Amino acid sequence: MINLEFIINTLSLGSLYAMLALGLVIIYGILRLVNFAYGELIMIGGYTLYLLAGFSALPWLIVAVLAVVIAMFTSLLTELVAFRPVREKSLTAMLITSFAVSALLQNAALLIISPRARAVNLPQIFQTSVMIAGTSVPWRNILTIATCIIMLTLLTLLLRRTVLGIALRAAADNFRMTRMLGVPANTVISTAFAISGIMAGIVSIFWIARSSTVTPTLGAPPLLVAFVATVIGGMRSLTGAVVGGFVYAIIISLLGIFLPPDLLEFREAFMFAFVIIVLLFRPQGLISSKTAVERVG
Amino acid sequence: MNLIDRIKTFNTPLTLVAGILLVAILTELLGIPLLTRIVTVMFVSTILVLGLQLYMGNSGILSFAHIGFMGIGAYTSVLLSMTPTAKELANSNLYPFLIPIHLPFLPSLLIGALVAAFIAAVVGFPLMRLSDAAAVITTFALLVIVNVVMVHWDRVTNGPRTLFGVDNYTNLWTAVAFCVITIFAVYLFKESRVGLRLRATRDDAYAAASIGINMVVMRWLAFVASAFVAGVGGALWAHFITSFTPYSFYLNETFVILAMLVIGGPYSVSGAVVGTLVVTTAREVLRAIENQVNILQIFPEGFFGFTEIVLAIVLIAILIYRPTGILGSQEIRWPPRLRKARSAEPNPSIDHIPGGKQNV
Repeated sequence: MINLEFIINTLSLGSLYAMLALGLVIIYGILRLVNFAYGELIMIGGYTLYLLAGFSALPWLIVAVLAVVIAMFTSLLTELVAFRPVREKSLTAMLITSFAVSALLQNAALLIISPRARAVNLPQIFQTSVMIAGTSVPWRNILTIATCIIMLTLLTLLLRRTVLGIALRAAADNFRMTRMLGVPANTVISTAFAISGIMAGIVSIFWIARSSTVTPTLGAPPLLVAFVATVIGGMRSLTGAVVGGFVYAIIISLLGIFLPPDLLEFREAFMFAFVIIVLLFRPQGLISSKTAVERVG
Repeated sequence: MNLIDRIKTFNTPLTLVAGILLVAILTELLGIPLLTRIVTVMFVSTILVLGLQLYMGNSGILSFAHIGFMGIGAYTSVLLSMTPTAKELANSNLYPFLIPIHLPFLPSLLIGALVAAFIAAVVGFPLMRLSDAAAVITTFALLVIVNVVMVHWDRVTNGPRTLFGVDNYTNLWTAVAFCVITIFAVYLFKESRVGLRLRATRDDAYAAASIGINMVVMRWLAFVASAFVAGVGGALWAHFITSFTPYSFYLNETFVILAMLVIGGPYSVSGAVVGTLVVTTAREVLRAIENQVNILQIFPEGFFGFTEIVLAIVLIAILIYRPTGILGSQEIRWPPRLRKARSAEPNPSIDHIPGGKQNV
């Protein structure tokens, strides 16, 4: 039951969910926007993988990088075209916009590619395993964990060591004040969307590696995971998002072991009931950030 | 108050009802089966959009749970109205105690709506404390929960498989009748004490609280009423379509109903009615184009999703250029008033929604 295999699986799932949650929280922190179109960025990353790996002779590493880049540009484009004009109107308008963008991208994939699932050519490494201490561990799990560590390090360096990163953190804390101090709002918001898109692109690679197919509705399950993870971690804290991702992975893995099979089908319902309870009793998340405590009002 | 004044108070709902009756009579006279189908579904959609308007328009809070309540109303009413033999055929796994129940259409519909309202009342009360993003995520979570339960509780819903064998009780005139009742009900709610207080909390939560309005209770009442209307809509829809799956009550339907309300104008009853009319017409035209392209086989993989793409673009454009929808916060009246005489209601699009401009 709880052995090395379980631990590595959970850690890899947690790494994936942590990156997923980070991409959602970085936008929420600044704009208070719950981006429903976030899942579709993952879907677009998936289709880029499908098209480039299937119909071009590019090496896989470049294909993967291009998937991330395309997801990032899509994210930036949605911000520029849809979110920027409604940003100053109301939160509700922004939320409905993100819902509409999500429907738009999903149906665009339906129209341009196909409603049917497409198999993605994956490199050998995603299908092979390695023996560690007597258990066989899939390479893709090790890669997920490694990528997560690299991304977290890079993001921490960006946020702590660069002016842009400091501006991002300041904006997440108090956007109005940050703007008054001369930080351009558009730059900060675009950066947040770019980071969100990069995260979605990276997640798409590992998400596809698990299912090896891509459909227009691929974005919905990761979006739901990201919702739960961010609420658990507290919607405003990036550290919280990472912790939330891992906590979600641990809960879901343990439920998979201990829940009786006929209740297992309702696992998602339990997770979302948990979300409602957390929002009601601990809206700052299970792990509250420093800024959330210091905020007045 | 004499009769004329009395009619004046009801100018808006009477005008809307006159419009609806006109459409219904024209449809009946034309007698084209396809058109009758489209118009019937449109009136059912109008009920659903009005139900959403009742909560969203008056409280200013986005709710994703609405279609979940529609599903609850649909499944409950259908399980009561179906004949025992049809039930056994449709779902061999059904709880035995549900099989012999066989009620007429109207009681089934009312019980379906009441169950939806009851569930909304129980789960809704704590949720009404939340605003902004938390409110949206919790109602979204509620929609997901309702959907997961509908998909997996196969002893009631037949699981993800189609539930078929429902008797077709809803026709054009049943839909019209319920639509007319709903228009009056939603309009009366808006103008009632509760409706006025709720709109006060929408426009300025602090000012409303300072004059003793209990925001949570007001929102809760609207949420429950809105779920009841959604339940009625769901029951009517189910008895018209006669076979459906839990996925009929999920994100796609939510998107369409939300688009209808936002395009028409979420802050008025007329907006809900006009939005449904406009979006239904546009969708049918687009769908006809889609079908033509599919018949011509221009695209090898088929031509799907075009309707939704256009709808999404229009929705985004409306939010950018006219965030209060086609009608804004105005109600339709007869005779039409000139632009100068704007309604006394403030434009709730920008500063008045709680949390409206806080970040920018």
